[in-house]
Amino acid sequence: MARVAKSATKAMQADPEGGVMRFPAGKVLRLDSGARIEGLEVAYKTYGTLNAARSNAILVCHALTGDQHLASDNPVTGRPGWWERFVGPGLPLDTDRYFVIGTNVIGGCMGSTGPASVNPATGEAWGLSFPVITIADMVRAQGMFIEALGIETLMAVVGGSMGGMQVLQWASDYPEKVFSAVCIAAAAKHSAQNIAFHEVGRQAIMADPDWKAGAYLADGVRPEKGLAVARMAAHITYLSEAALQRKFGRGLQRDGLSWGFDADFQVESYLRHQGTSFVDRFDANSYLYITRALDYFDLAARHGGSLAAAFVKARAVRFCVLSFSSDWLYPTPESREIVRALNAAGARASFVEIETDKGHDAFFLDEPQLDATLKGFLTSTAQARGLA
Amino acid sequence: MREDFREILRLVTRGARVLDVGCGEGDLMELLTHQNGVDAQGLEISPQGVAACLAKGLAVVQGDGDRDLDYFPTGAFDYAILSKTLQQMREPKHVLSELLRIADRAIVSAPNFAHWRMRLSLMSRGRMPETKALPDPWWATANIHLFTLRDFTDLVRDLGLKVEACAALAEGKAARPMNPTGMLENWRVETALFLLSKQ
Repeated sequence: MARVAKSATKAMQADPEGGVMRFPAGKVLRLDSGARIEGLEVAYKTYGTLNAARSNAILVCHALTGDQHLASDNPVTGRPGWWERFVGPGLPLDTDRYFVIGTNVIGGCMGSTGPASVNPATGEAWGLSFPVITIADMVRAQGMFIEALGIETLMAVVGGSMGGMQVLQWASDYPEKVFSAVCIAAAAKHSAQNIAFHEVGRQAIMADPDWKAGAYLADGVRPEKGLAVARMAAHITYLSEAALQRKFGRGLQRDGLSWGFDADFQVESYLRHQGTSFVDRFDANSYLYITRALDYFDLAARHGGSLAAAFVKARAVRFCVLSFSSDWLYPTPESREIVRALNAAGARASFVEIETDKGHDAFFLDEPQLDATLKGFLTSTAQARGLA
Repeated sequence: MREDFREILRLVTRGARVLDVGCGEGDLMELLTHQNGVDAQGLEISPQGVAACLAKGLAVVQGDGDRDLDYFPTGAFDYAILSKTLQQMREPKHVLSELLRIADRAIVSAPNFAHWRMRLSLMSRGRMPETKALPDPWWATANIHLFTLRDFTDLVRDLGLKVEACAALAEGKAARPMNPTGMLENWRVETALFLLSKQ
């Protein structure tokens, strides 16, 4: 599966099945913290065909617990890809027309270099010796990957939630490589509330005795209970109050109360299931690192506190910003702030708030208006890009 | 093609940067883009309108002309267009001055409440006029700040704006250039279109 790029500057063909691209030791990934990663690995999956002009590539950036398996079965869970509703023939990210790329972020646990990877210098899992990463670092690694594919400009960079933050970072850091940018249900910075929820999750993991100061892999254990609690807390923030009420209300699992602490309510049972199924597919240290990257995200801070300044060089990029009316994790005002900054920077921006009660997670659920908007925007982008 | 659109296409210079406030489904922006080669940006409150614009490849921001103009930088556009919606704004005076902060020129059209048909309807029926230009009953209309041609020219003067061009519009008729302060015009004009600039 693993492919070795002969030269990172020379164009290489991505394995259509996907795989892991390993960069030669000389091709160092420099991180915001000052640390360096040698022998970087980027796990990827592609859909559709790259055209001869290499002008039809769309990079999809995933959210906190997403991965590169956009539209094909996830090998770990056996479940369909997380964006199967949107990526495929005839779908908004039409694989008959576009070459759609998913990569696993660095710090992740689906094949890209992360805390569960082996540190080539020591021969052991990185664990907590893995350097703290940022959203910009994730994007820098994706940039190396895209360059290795020989793609100079991406027709679109698309992402929801943390993926949307990567989209903004892409447009800000590499405007010349981004023809259009679609930022869904995201924000230009993490709020105090966002950081607070993440801290609850991290504390749950670190309070689990099986976490072992991050060195659990060496002992053959995993902080499953802590990670499950982290996921449960986070999952609440992905749903709206209305959606929880609609799905569960005060519905009970069985007739009558247990007069104990079993999962009496359906919502408890649902959350427990979310927690336990999550630990089968996600690494606890990855969760710590990626939530940290999100908390550190503040695009304006790198530009003297002015978000507009972050986009000044991105004036030629066609932006599409989307939010969901019931999203309280990254609520609409956060998207409006992005749009106002884009307007102030003189960038070409579109924005729509999609009316839904499905909360933050609406970006991968059945939401016809999201479908129509994405399809319309990408079709017109393709036209502007000269794709037939 | 709508007569006001034809007139706007005539007024907007080629390649200009244009903000269309209340752009609806983007019909005007599409014309301006294709015929005048302008760089158009829309502002529209309805999600359906925004979605239609996006599907046409137009840049549009969902927002409210009353609130969101404040966030556009000064001098960002050559033209700001407000087509038949000034009378629907909560703060028309503020909106008008904002248009001319954001853009060098504003193109504003609005129904004239002093048109003879309005006057006749009010005189004879004693009720709020319901005409082709203003078809809804008073309790359902979005037109909360109706005004006359004379009212508008007063406001333009108070704001220190200059009328560069002015035309009378009526359905199915070609736009007619006119002097907005002419006495008879306040009776004759159904809808007026202004090209305004800062003095």
